Amino acid sequence: MIARYFNIGILLLTLALAGCVTRKPYDYSAFREHLPRSIVVLPPLNQSTDVRGTYSYLSTVTLPLAEMGYYVYPVAEVDALMRENGLPTAGEMHQVPLNKLGEIIGADSVLYITLRQYGSKYQVLSSVTTVTADGKLVDIKTGKTLWEGTATAQQSSGDSGGGLIGILITAAVTQVVNSATDPAHDVSSMANFQLFTTKDYGLLHGPYFPKDKAR
Amino acid sequence: MSSQNKILLLPLALAVLLTGCRSSSIYYWGHYENIVYISYTKPDKVTPELQAGIMEEDMHKAASANKPLPPGFHAHLGNLYYQMGKSDLAVQEFEKEKAQFPEATVFMDRLIAKLTKK
Repeated sequence: MIARYFNIGILLLTLALAGCVTRKPYDYSAFREHLPRSIVVLPPLNQSTDVRGTYSYLSTVTLPLAEMGYYVYPVAEVDALMRENGLPTAGEMHQVPLNKLGEIIGADSVLYITLRQYGSKYQVLSSVTTVTADGKLVDIKTGKTLWEGTATAQQSSGDSGGGLIGILITAAVTQVVNSATDPAHDVSSMANFQLFTTKDYGLLHGPYFPKDKAR
Repeated sequence: MSSQNKILLLPLALAVLLTGCRSSSIYYWGHYENIVYISYTKPDKVTPELQAGIMEEDMHKAASANKPLPPGFHAHLGNLYYQMGKSDLAVQEFEKEKAQFPEATVFMDRLIAKLTKK
């Protein structure tokens, strides 16, 4: 029986890999032409009902982008500067003209993120946390779109053994813990890695990426 | 191949896939992103002093690990010093950000100008 599940697992893995092969890779011609050194990330637009999305997601973007080899402007300080200049919301910040961004921050490119989903759906015995993010990288000098991508990450709270009562208690406990720590924050990191680092669909490597590790 | 062998091979294949994908990081991250997150979610619980203290510790650890600090680290620490009223230390950190990453120059100069005006 177990062996059968593993066979199915192998089949699914094969399908997943084959699926990757047939999907057309992203067209990087504009990206290669205007390869940026630096990225300014604006606070994400949040289309979900969970108000925590914008700043939770914003505080997970620096790591994958920097590890891809880009200079990433300090996200909190960029946000603060925008607010001080009369732009209190992500929506207003996304409207700032490119030449202004270039002049004030000195960035080569700007990353616009839209959260289509952010948050947890609670069921009786467990919960499912989903984050879906769209990303768009724009060249500040030319206004050209260098890259666009989308990613979804999902995590369900696992239930531990101990019969139905045990499961019920676990569900209650994880809901409390989860609501305190916002599980979607961790799922945001997963979505990010997928969005930026997936081969053939993520970003190209930037100037700080070690040459010997380049693919 | 028997089913038994496939079971044994699956974890191996996964391990190869995972380690193949994973590469060592360029930077020493410490708590930079966690501190940004906490400053947004629980600003009343963590003072700038506490946040700066954690980042200073990260800085020492990065030095002993012989790894560079990530983009934005010095800028953020500088901003915490600014909030603590330590403008001299703030400027020092903004200068360090510039020295490590010339891409930061325009933005750091803007923050320094804001400080020295006051």
